[in-house]
Amino acid sequence: MTISEFIAQDGVLVVQPRMGFSDPDLMRRGLLAVAQASARAVATITLDSYTRVNDVPAAAVALRDGVPLNGYPILNHPPSVTRAMVEPLVAAGIPVQVRHGSALPLEIFAALAECGLAATEGGPVSYCLPYSRVPLPQAVDNWARACDLLARAPGAHLESFGGCMLGQLCPPSLLVAISVLEAMFFRQHGLRSVSLSYAQQTDRRQDMEAMDAMHRIAAVELSDVDWHIVLYAYMGVFPRTRSGALDLLGDAAELAVHGGADRLIVKTPAEAFRIPTIEENISAMEYAAAVADEVARGDPKTERLVDTGVYAEARTLVDAVLDLSPDIGRALRLAFARGVLDVPYCLHPDNAGLSRGVLDDSGRLRWSRVGRMPLPRPPDPGPGRSTPSADLLSALSYVERKYDRATL
Amino acid sequence: MKRLVLLSSVSSDAHTWNLVYLQLLIEELGHDVVNLGACVPDGLLVESALRHGPDLVVLSTVNGHGYGDGKRVITALRAQQALRNTPVVIGGKLGVAGPLEPERVDELRAAGFDAVFGTDAGAEELRRFIGDLVPTSAGGELVT
Ligand code: B12
Repeated sequence: MTISEFIAQDGVLVVQPRMGFSDPDLMRRGLLAVAQASARAVATITLDSYTRVNDVPAAAVALRDGVPLNGYPILNHPPSVTRAMVEPLVAAGIPVQVRHGSALPLEIFAALAECGLAATEGGPVSYCLPYSRVPLPQAVDNWARACDLLARAPGAHLESFGGCMLGQLCPPSLLVAISVLEAMFFRQHGLRSVSLSYAQQTDRRQDMEAMDAMHRIAAVELSDVDWHIVLYAYMGVFPRTRSGALDLLGDAAELAVHGGADRLIVKTPAEAFRIPTIEENISAMEYAAAVADEVARGDPKTERLVDTGVYAEARTLVDAVLDLSPDIGRALRLAFARGVLDVPYCLHPDNAGLSRGVLDDSGRLRWSRVGRMPLPRPPDPGPGRSTPSADLLSALSYVERKYDRATL
Repeated sequence: MKRLVLLSSVSSDAHTWNLVYLQLLIEELGHDVVNLGACVPDGLLVESALRHGPDLVVLSTVNGHGYGDGKRVITALRAQQALRNTPVVIGGKLGVAGPLEPERVDELRAAGFDAVFGTDAGAEELRRFIGDLVPTSAGGELVT
């Protein structure tokens, strides 16, 4: 079954882990555990960091030496092994998505085809700037070819990772814009079923506003393809206490329901420390699904959406990029070269690096510098509270402190 | 005494918040930083170290491949005559299962790292380490 058919089935929030192990046997057990969990769940194969940077030999050395990797090296294991691994899930109608983080995914997409897999994620921008030092034009070309290939597979589905962009300190309007633009890029390269991501940030009401903006813009721009929104539980520095981590995950599940996401990718209480085990993944998924279920049965949300300009900013950014070229890949390249899109704190050489995001006193993300992006110029943020390094660390750990403190 | 610090990730690691943070921190201590960014291939790191002749090389990695990547790249760095005595340290989250086993830390040191910082090492440890460096004409040297 495809992800979108699975999601449409009975209207409850679909949950999904970020799970990946180097050993095929462990990976297989993980996939089966997802299939058997008491939650409506899509299964995941997360690839390791060597595969992400196309370093197949380094993954081979680690496998030979028995050094565990942070994911499944799909290019090192024979396709027959991967096929056998996913077979029980395919038979049970459970979709399997491959999460890979590669700026040059063509080889990975070719392997997916050989393994009978057709659901994956990423994007020419979201898997280049935060994940590599590959020049953006090269990533755009490679992604275009990879999409053309994937689009030929029956049941192909591609999710944009644009709603994450470094995981933290990126104001929501840019996340919304990049997700929409990447989904449009996928459509231009033949995909008929896509998803747009948004990662939970620092403030619930701002997140609700951002998800609403994403719905509105996607409804206009993607009206002729099948699409849904996937929410990522917080992608920045995670709470270290178990209860703090679960509290944050629970809030993500609630946000997913109220914000109109159809799918939620979870994190676990191991997040701040190490790669989670199978059991930790399953219990996080089941916990999130239970919270979502309770929220869905409860009172419908009553709070009003506050318009702080997320929609207007995102719409402006999308339009400014689309104005650059009818070829969306080319438009994205030009946009970054000219600073029309500019991801805060991103060190990639093809990012202008003139923008900055900050947390205001109420804990909402906003711009302190917009660089050359066509956005309203923010007021001068004034001097920092401490040294720049301490201020940065304090902003990065705002969510962690909030949730860990609540539990102490 | 102002020093030149070469700061870098390792070949497979894309995380950069650690690098952004460490750069600010080291600059605040009064030193110059060359930050090579994410996913630095071994060859680029070696070449940059030869070109800049830093007083200290700081490798930071959190993706869990630090043990393997670190061991491979320190071997490549130490294979260069000019980099035999350059202080090189590594820190972050070096394994996928929490803090690295002591034997693996020892292996990394044996392979050529002057210091291996564990998961919870932060600003203070690095500050102390840099403070303990004494400069020589052939780059930095460690006070032991
Ligand atoms: C943000 C984040 C991301 C962002 C990164 C964006 C970017 N460009 O930086 C995104 C979403 C892109 C991402 C991607 C991935 N991530 Co990530 N990520 C995180 C997260 C949530 C926060 C990291 C962070 O920003 N910390 C803030 C900085 C300032 O702190 P720090 O990095 O911890 O560094 C501190 C110390 O370690 C120390 N330190 C670091 N280096 C050094 C060096 C020296 C010498 C010294 C003294 C000290 C020191 O100082 C810093 C300040 O205290 C962590 C989990 C967490 N901590 O909550 C996972 C985490 C680091 N990611 C992880 C992984 C595995 C990945 C991926 C491989 C995907 C995957 N399989 O899950 C990819 C990376 C792809 C690749 N090629 O490597 C794992 C690593 C597992 C492990 N080590 O066992 C973690 C721990 C999550 C997890 N539990 O699975 N990630």
